[in-house]
Amino acid sequence: MAIELEHYLILGALLFSIGLYMALAKRNFVGVLMGIEMMFNAVNLTFIAFSRFPRFADMTDAERLSGHVFVIFVITVAAAEAAVALALAMLVYRNRETIDVDRMDLLKW
Amino acid sequence: MEDTGSIVAFWLLAALTLGSALAVVLIRDLIRAVVLLITSFLGVAGLYITLSADFVAVVQVLIYVGAISVLMLFAIMLTPRAGRNNAETFFRIPGILLAGLMAFTISLVSLDTDWAVVERGGFEETASAIGEALLDKYVLPFELAAVLLLVAMLGAILLVHPEGTDEE
Repeated sequence: MAIELEHYLILGALLFSIGLYMALAKRNFVGVLMGIEMMFNAVNLTFIAFSRFPRFADMTDAERLSGHVFVIFVITVAAAEAAVALALAMLVYRNRETIDVDRMDLLKW
Repeated sequence: MEDTGSIVAFWLLAALTLGSALAVVLIRDLIRAVVLLITSFLGVAGLYITLSADFVAVVQVLIYVGAISVLMLFAIMLTPRAGRNNAETFFRIPGILLAGLMAFTISLVSLDTDWAVVERGGFEETASAIGEALLDKYVLPFELAAVLLLVAMLGAILLVHPEGTDEE
């Protein structure tokens, strides 16, 4: 059985769901961040898969590589986001001695 | 994508990626979770290679495996008195339900849709074409990304800089 686009899409869907569950349910802030990075990975995988299996026959290689360029930008933004998020985690830890997201509830009342 | 080697490679890499992603969810110790997350990232890099995306695969190894995972390890190590366990909050059951619904819906849609793929074969090599696209068609987002990285780096330094302890 040859590997088709659907294989990659379902793999991306499963990876995205695992990441979504982690981002929703994990208690530790770093765990939430791991889930977010996993979702980024799933979406990037779908981008690359759509770029490898094009829909129109008259697309040039440069047009098909737009997906790759988009993935580069996603990775850049993910790196910036991870740096800022981990700095925020350090800041919360310095004030509260915890990075559990269910104990960051000062704004709750 | 017909030869046996690429099919075997796809299934092995898919099993590696999904298996270590599941292990990241299930394992209790955060440090081990990060190490397994690195394995998952490496599996995704291998999948990029099966899709003939060589440059993106190298970038994935450099940035995700090399940089972001190390940042996460730093964050875990620098918060020593915080909980080191990887447990769930009370959102566990809704999280499982929502994630399962998401996976089911996307899989159903991707199986149900006629993607009308025209098989074109892989790319010869992608790095030079990506470089030309970044400096030609996408030059404005490219420059904005440079500014974004600079601002994010400055912001991260400023946030964790200890107050009142200027140098000297």
